[in-house]
Amino acid sequence: MAAPLTLLVILSVTIRAVLYRSSLAEVISERVEVVSPLTAWKRVVEGLALLDLGVSPYSGDVFHETPLIIYLFHFVVDYAEITFMLADVITAVALYMAVMDYNKQVFRKQKYALEADRYPLDCLELIRSPKEMYYIPLKVAMFYLLNPFTILSCVAKSTCGLNNAVIALFILTTIKGNVLLSAIFLSLATYQSIYPLTLCAPALLYLMQRQFIPVNFRRVSFWWFIAQYAFMYLGSLFVIVGLSFFLLGSWDYVPSVYGFILSVPDLTPNIGLFWYFFAEMFEHFRLFFLCVFQINVFFYTIPLSIKLKEHPVFLIFMQLAVISIFKSYPTVGDIALYMAFLPVWSHLHRFLRNIFLVSCVLLACSALFPVLWHLWIYAGSANSNFYYAITLLFNVAQILLVSDYFYAFLRREHHLSYGLYLKRKDGSEATLVLK
Amino acid sequence: MGLLSDPNRRRALISLLTRLNSPICVVCYMAGVAWFMGLAFEPFTLRTYMSENAMGSTMVEERFPAGERALTTGREFSAHKKKAGGMPVDWLVKTMQARGLEVFTQRFSRKLPFPDENKERYMVKGTNVYGILRAPRAPRTEALVLSAPCTPGDSNNQAVGLLLGLAQYFRNQIYWAKDIIFLVNEHDLIGMQAWLEGYHHTNTTGMDWSPLQGRGGSIQAALSLELSSDVITSMDLVLEGLNGQLPNLDLANLFYAFCQKIGVLCTIQGKLQRNDWDSVSGYSHSVQTMMLMVMKQASGRPWGDHGLFLRYHIEAASIKGINSFRQYKTDVTTIGRLLEGMYRKLNNLLERLHQSYFFYLMPSLSHFVSIGYYMPAFGLLAVILLLRALDLWVQLATPPPRTEDGITDKEQVSSPGVLSVLTPLVISHLTGVALYTLPIQFQEMAVEQFPVSETEAVVLTAIGVYTAGLALPHNTHRLLSGEGTEQGWRVLKLVAVLYLAVLLGCTALINFSLGFILALTLVPVAAFVTPHVPKVLSAFILVILSPACTLLFSVFFFQELQELPVSFQEGWLLYLSVISQGILDHFLYGSLVYPLIALLVYPCWLLFWNILFWK
Repeated sequence: MAAPLTLLVILSVTIRAVLYRSSLAEVISERVEVVSPLTAWKRVVEGLALLDLGVSPYSGDVFHETPLIIYLFHFVVDYAEITFMLADVITAVALYMAVMDYNKQVFRKQKYALEADRYPLDCLELIRSPKEMYYIPLKVAMFYLLNPFTILSCVAKSTCGLNNAVIALFILTTIKGNVLLSAIFLSLATYQSIYPLTLCAPALLYLMQRQFIPVNFRRVSFWWFIAQYAFMYLGSLFVIVGLSFFLLGSWDYVPSVYGFILSVPDLTPNIGLFWYFFAEMFEHFRLFFLCVFQINVFFYTIPLSIKLKEHPVFLIFMQLAVISIFKSYPTVGDIALYMAFLPVWSHLHRFLRNIFLVSCVLLACSALFPVLWHLWIYAGSANSNFYYAITLLFNVAQILLVSDYFYAFLRREHHLSYGLYLKRKDGSEATLVLK
Repeated sequence: MGLLSDPNRRRALISLLTRLNSPICVVCYMAGVAWFMGLAFEPFTLRTYMSENAMGSTMVEERFPAGERALTTGREFSAHKKKAGGMPVDWLVKTMQARGLEVFTQRFSRKLPFPDENKERYMVKGTNVYGILRAPRAPRTEALVLSAPCTPGDSNNQAVGLLLGLAQYFRNQIYWAKDIIFLVNEHDLIGMQAWLEGYHHTNTTGMDWSPLQGRGGSIQAALSLELSSDVITSMDLVLEGLNGQLPNLDLANLFYAFCQKIGVLCTIQGKLQRNDWDSVSGYSHSVQTMMLMVMKQASGRPWGDHGLFLRYHIEAASIKGINSFRQYKTDVTTIGRLLEGMYRKLNNLLERLHQSYFFYLMPSLSHFVSIGYYMPAFGLLAVILLLRALDLWVQLATPPPRTEDGITDKEQVSSPGVLSVLTPLVISHLTGVALYTLPIQFQEMAVEQFPVSETEAVVLTAIGVYTAGLALPHNTHRLLSGEGTEQGWRVLKLVAVLYLAVLLGCTALINFSLGFILALTLVPVAAFVTPHVPKVLSAFILVILSPACTLLFSVFFFQELQELPVSFQEGWLLYLSVISQGILDHFLYGSLVYPLIALLVYPCWLLFWNILFWK
C-alpha cells in the first residue's frame, strides 16, 4: 500500500509545484473563497515585515495569525511553498494512517459482533468486507490531496493547510490511542483557531472507549480520565500560550487573533454565513447575534456527542463539518478536510438520499462563486445579494450533505440491530422516516 | 423538506420524472423557446422609466446654438486630417487649447497577433488627443467623457466638429460639477483601449502606450459620438459592450427621454419603434429588434467605441447619427442640444448610475425585458439537462435486474469506469487547448507552407483543428480502455450533462444571449445522444448543432435580421472573417467568447460526440 501512496504524493506535489510556477497562483491567492483575513499569505508576509522592523506584527490590524505561525515562517519564509506542500502531505499521510487503524478496529469489532451473533440474519449484506475496506485509506488520502479545494488552498498558501495538518495529527494520535500527544495536538489546534476545541468531546469518547472506561457520570474512573486529559490539554495550552507571550513580549496577539475570530470585525465576503448578516445588521443587535452565531458552532457538540457516543470517529467527522460550515471565516480548505473523510463512510451510500442533488448543488455553486464575484466586483452589474445567495445555497448543500450522512449512519446502525427488512406490526413492509 | 425526506413521496416523484422524462424534456424545450419568443410581445414587457432621482425630476434647458460653426470646424478637421494623413494632432491640440481646455496627447502602438483584414491594419501606431474641461463648481473628483473617433476617410468629421463645438459652448457655462473630458481617439477601439488603460493605470493586454499627463476625476459616464453627415434623420443608440456587458438602463432612458423632448427620431438596432404591437408585423418587428440585440450581445464584441468603458465600471453608450431617405431631417444644432441636455443631467448625478437594471433586453427603445423575465426561458432549457442527469443517475443507481451476481458485476464495471470517463475528458480538453493555441502559434509556418495570408492561415487552422477534433477522441479512448461498457457511457454522459449545465448556467449569468443561443443548440444534443441512436443521422444532427455550425447559422441569421441577406458564398467569407474577428477581439481587448468556446464549450460538445461513438 505504500507504493500507491507514494505515487499519489508525488503526483499531488507535482500538481502543486506546477501551479506555483504558473500565473494562476497569483489569481488564486486573491480569491476570497480560498483565503480569509485570518489565513491570507499576503497578511503573513506583512506580519513578517513588521516583525523584522521590530514592530509588533499585530499593530495595524492586518495580521491575525498566531505568533507560532509567524515565528515558523520567520525561519522558513524562503521555503514557504515547500512548507505548505509538506503540510498537505502530512495531513494526507496522517489521515491515511488514522483511517487504516480505524478500519482495523471497525473490522475487529464487527468480527466479535458476528461471532457473538449480535447481527440479525438479514443484515449480512450490510457487513463490511476487508476487500471493500482495503482501498479506503488510499481513497482518503486521494480525496484530500487531489481535492481541487485543497489544491487551491495550498497554491494560495493559505495557512488553513497548516491548521488542517495539526487537526489531522490530532486525529491520528487520538486513533492510535496516545492520550498525551492527542491532548497536545488538540491544544495546538485550539490555539490556532479556537473552534477545534469541540473536538475534545469525540477524542475523550474515543480514548475512553479504547481504554474500556465506561461513560458514566457516577464513576470515578470516568472523571479521573477527564481530569487527566484536561490537565494535559490545559497544560500544553498554557505552555503554548506562554511561549507565544515570551516570543512576542506582549499579549497583543490575544485580541488580535481570538478577538478577531470571535467578534468578526472583518466583513470581507467569504463562503461563510457571517459577513452578509453582520453587514446588514443594525449595530445594536450585533453583540446578541454574535453570541447566537458563535454559540451555534459549539452547541451541536452536546446533542451529537450524546447521539454518537458509541461512534466517536463519526462524531469527529460531524464536528469538523459543523465547524467548517459555521465558523466565522471559513475557506474551501476547511471543507476539504471533512470531505476527505467521505470515503470512510462509503458503506453508507445505499442509505444516502440526496447525494445526487447535493453534489450537483455543490458543483454548481463552486463554479458560480467566481462568476458572481466577477459580476459583482468587476462588471458591477450584480450585487452582494447574488453572491450571498450562492453562499447560502452552498452552505445549505453542505448541511444537507452532512445531515444525509448522519441519517444514513444512524439508519445503518438501526438496521444492524433490528434487521434490514423491517416489518410493520401488521406484517407489511415498513420504511424508516426521519422526522 | 417533506418531499426530500419522505421516501414514499420521493419514490413517486422520481418514478414520475423518470417515466415521463422525454415528454417533460420536450415540453420544457418548447416552453423555453415559446417563453423567449413571448418576451418581445409588448404586453409582457415593461415600459422603461427613469429610476435615478438625480436625473429624473430636474428641468434642463438646452441652448446650444452653434451647429453651423461646429460643421465648419468639422470641415476644417477633415482638411487637416487629409493633409496629415491621419490624426491632425497639432491642429487638434491648438484648437482645443483655443477653446480653453487643458489638452494632452497620448501615443500608443500595438502589433496585432495577425493582420486584421477588415480594417486593414497590422502594426498600429496612433495618438489620442483629449482635452479636460475642469469643473468650476465642485472638487474635481468626478468626470464625464465625450468621445469621437478619428477614422480614416471621410466619416465622423462632423462628430469631431460637434465635439469641439460643444467643448467651446460648455466652457462658457458655469454649472459643471464634473470634469468633462473631450476625447478624440484614433484607431477606434485600440486607441480607446490605450486611453482607458492609461487613465486607470492598468495594462491588461500588453499594449505600448505613453502615460497620460493629465487626468480628471473618476469617470462616471461616457458617450461616444459617431456622426458622418451634416443633417441626420435619426439617432441610433448602441449599448452592447465587451463580453455582452450592458450599461445601466438609465442611460438608455436618458437618451430616449431627451429624444422625445427635443423631437429627434431615435432608434435602437437601427429599428424605429412601432405602435401596432397587436398586429403580426408589429410583433415581428419587435422580435427582430430583440433578436438583433441578442445576436449582438452574444457575439461578445464591443459594438461601438463605448464598449470598453463598461469594463471599468463606467456606464457608456454610443450614439450614431443615421442619414436615410426619410423626409424629416434634424440638423447638428439639435443634436448638440440633445447632447447638452444629456450631459447636464449626467452632471447632476450624485452617485454612479446604479438604480436601474444592468441585465435587460430591449424589444424597442421604450420597452425592456428584465432578468427576472428572461431567465425562466433559459431555466426551462437548463432544467432539461438536470432531468436527463437525474434519469441517468437513477439508471446507474438501479443495477440491471437480470444479472444474478449483481454485486460482483458492478464492481468489475466501476473500476474501468473512472479511466473511461477521465480519458475522453482529458483528450477533449487537450483538443480544446489545441484549438485555442495552435491557430496563433502556427500562422507563420502555415504561411510559408501554403499560399494563404496570415489571417486566412489563422482561421483555416482553427477550422482544421476543430474538424480534426471530431476524429481524434473516440479512437484513442477505445485503444486505452477497450470496448466501452454500458455503464461507462452513462457515467460519461452524466458527467457531460452536468458539466454542460454548469457551463451554460455560468455563461448565461455573464452573457445571457450567448448562454441562451448555446443552450438552444446544445441542450437537444445533450438530451438525445446515446450510443444506441442511428449513427449516421445522429452524427449529422450533432455536427449541425455543434458550436461552429451555430456560429455559421448565426451569421446568416444576423444578416437576415439586418435585412441584408447574403448568398452562401458571401456568407461563408463573412463567417471566416467573423472567426478572425473573434480571435482578434480576444487578443486585443480580452473578449472571452473565443476562449470560452475553444476551452470549454467545444470540449463539452466533443464529450457528446464521444458518447455517440462509444461502441
